[in-house]
Amino acid sequence: MDATQAVILTIITASTPLLLAAIGELVTERSGVLNLGVEGMMVMGAVCGFAAAYTTGNPYIGILAGVLGGVALAFFFAILTQTLATNQVATGLALTLLGLGLSGLIGESFVGLPGVKLQQLSIPFFSTIPFIGPILFGQDILVYTSVALIFGTTYVLFKTRIGLIIRSVGDNHNSAHALGYNVIAVRYACIMFGGACSGLAGAYLSLAYTPQWIENMTAGRGWVALALVVFSTWLPKRLAIGAYLFGAVWIMGLYVQALGFGIPSQFLSSLPYVVTIIALVIISGNKTLTRVNTPACIGQTFVPDR
Amino acid sequence: MKKILGFAAAIALSLAIVPASAADKLKVGFIYVGPVGDHGWSYQHDQGRKAIEEKFGDKVETTFVEKVAEGPDAERAIERLARKGSKLIFTTSFGFMEPTLKVAKRFPDVKFEHATGYKRSDNVSTYSSRFYEGRYIIGQIAAKQSKSGVAGYIASFPIPEVVRGINAFMLGAQSVNPDFKLKVVWVNSWFDPGKEADAAKVLIGQGADIITQHTDSTAPLQIAQEQGVHGFGQASDMIAFAPKAQLTSIIDDWASYYVSRTQAALDGTWKSEDTWGGLNEKMVVMADYTNLPDDVKKMAQETEAKITSGELHPFQGPITKQDGSVAAKEGETVAVGELLGMNWYVQGVDDQLPQ
Repeated sequence: MDATQAVILTIITASTPLLLAAIGELVTERSGVLNLGVEGMMVMGAVCGFAAAYTTGNPYIGILAGVLGGVALAFFFAILTQTLATNQVATGLALTLLGLGLSGLIGESFVGLPGVKLQQLSIPFFSTIPFIGPILFGQDILVYTSVALIFGTTYVLFKTRIGLIIRSVGDNHNSAHALGYNVIAVRYACIMFGGACSGLAGAYLSLAYTPQWIENMTAGRGWVALALVVFSTWLPKRLAIGAYLFGAVWIMGLYVQALGFGIPSQFLSSLPYVVTIIALVIISGNKTLTRVNTPACIGQTFVPDR
Repeated sequence: MKKILGFAAAIALSLAIVPASAADKLKVGFIYVGPVGDHGWSYQHDQGRKAIEEKFGDKVETTFVEKVAEGPDAERAIERLARKGSKLIFTTSFGFMEPTLKVAKRFPDVKFEHATGYKRSDNVSTYSSRFYEGRYIIGQIAAKQSKSGVAGYIASFPIPEVVRGINAFMLGAQSVNPDFKLKVVWVNSWFDPGKEADAAKVLIGQGADIITQHTDSTAPLQIAQEQGVHGFGQASDMIAFAPKAQLTSIIDDWASYYVSRTQAALDGTWKSEDTWGGLNEKMVVMADYTNLPDDVKKMAQETEAKITSGELHPFQGPITKQDGSVAAKEGETVAVGELLGMNWYVQGVDDQLPQ
């Protein structure tokens, strides 16, 4: 395995959890709901994934448990913000705190135990192609899932009736309601999809990235995912570019440091954020595109007047 | 993010502490930078706290606040502990230095113990371990075991404690192989398993076949195991995470220090002082030497014995700084003050120190 290939593989591992969590949040936000609890749902996914995988010895059961953990927390968020019409920003922040605390509690007996690693799912023949084989065809199932999710959400959001309903609910919930769509139900579904994706991202951390459970192991990745959604102007393909760009700059920062050029590490550590902000500014230059894609009702509480 | 955590810590704190009732019990408080479940730095401090409880039983009551961010939030957390009646407070990370001193000024009757710092006052003691003694040993092992002659060092923040560790490692390695190379990656965090793992992968990708860390998670060792290279545990014995990769681990053992300081506080003999214990004081303990051939194991044990007895000092001359100037001549040892404020690399470190 040569150095370039190693770097690319590392970039993919670093980007995948961001991508998974962000794609779910993108769908949630497209339906007009701002869920700031990504970090909390992610860390719940990580602990549930680890616990189930450790107990059963099967990482795939772990993935499923991670998804369920994320969904459970998302469901709680949905009840609060949709049924009880609480403020989404405050509830989302609280969800992060809840997730971090609850995961610590659940995971207490799993600290310090070596985990079960999710194995690569090499595609026969293709994965033996020199150089690109291991990169494209030698990944684990969650990497493939993240790529499938990009194309899947693009298709569903922009080519299907379901996508149209989701977007209309996010753009103008009153009109969607007047047309007879159940705004609350659509948002419930989107929030839970977001939870499932965050749970997957968490499971990726505790099963593939660093197979272990440690408190707070998400270390702020949920917040990066949230930022990436805005960066992408709510477009899945752009989100993928953003996530891989962030991951690439992140890893290159470490790579350049190890070469010993003496560039300050603080600068290199901040570089992914700087690059993402610059890219965001450039993208926002196109006002029409931003306006068209920003869900108009994001963060607004919908209370149907019956 | 950090603010939120700090805020959460403050809330948790206000809930966790019951109102003072038993007046004769000594309340001992602890502030941890990481989660107690990090299985590294904070975990080891918590083992020390448990040792106090075990030893003194009903005579003491211990409280801890974990995941306290270094900086202004720490001040709030420390002040809460003091206000809720803790009479002896251990603040266990370098970044708690200023907050500890500030709070100590406001609570002159509370005794403070700050780990790894260098500023003291009448009611603030400092204590630390001579981790660098262990780092010298693992440096020697690394130079013996590395086939590529390159080690990767995952470092947290450019503070003297970490720089000293890098230098001690390098000096140990050079004592075996003068051409040994060391690549350093600063991750600017004490605890970020993902980033530590990324750094390990990058270092291995650039040819390092020995990975060592001054960060608190077990992730780098796991990566080392996965990629078939070797590494060293940090702060606690991490053999369970990497049974094939861990060569040894530098274990921080705070229990005896914490017990003796608590005893002093109970007896009324506590006074502000600076403690810096190493292998000899058993504040630094080496884990079993594993995955090593017998001759290397023997060499490590001999070095350990020499450092313990004082026959060998990792920073004894001749030592040349990276810029070519002399740090210690033949027969001299780098002065303690210089060690405590170390802000230079020894020759051979393939990195430039962030200033």
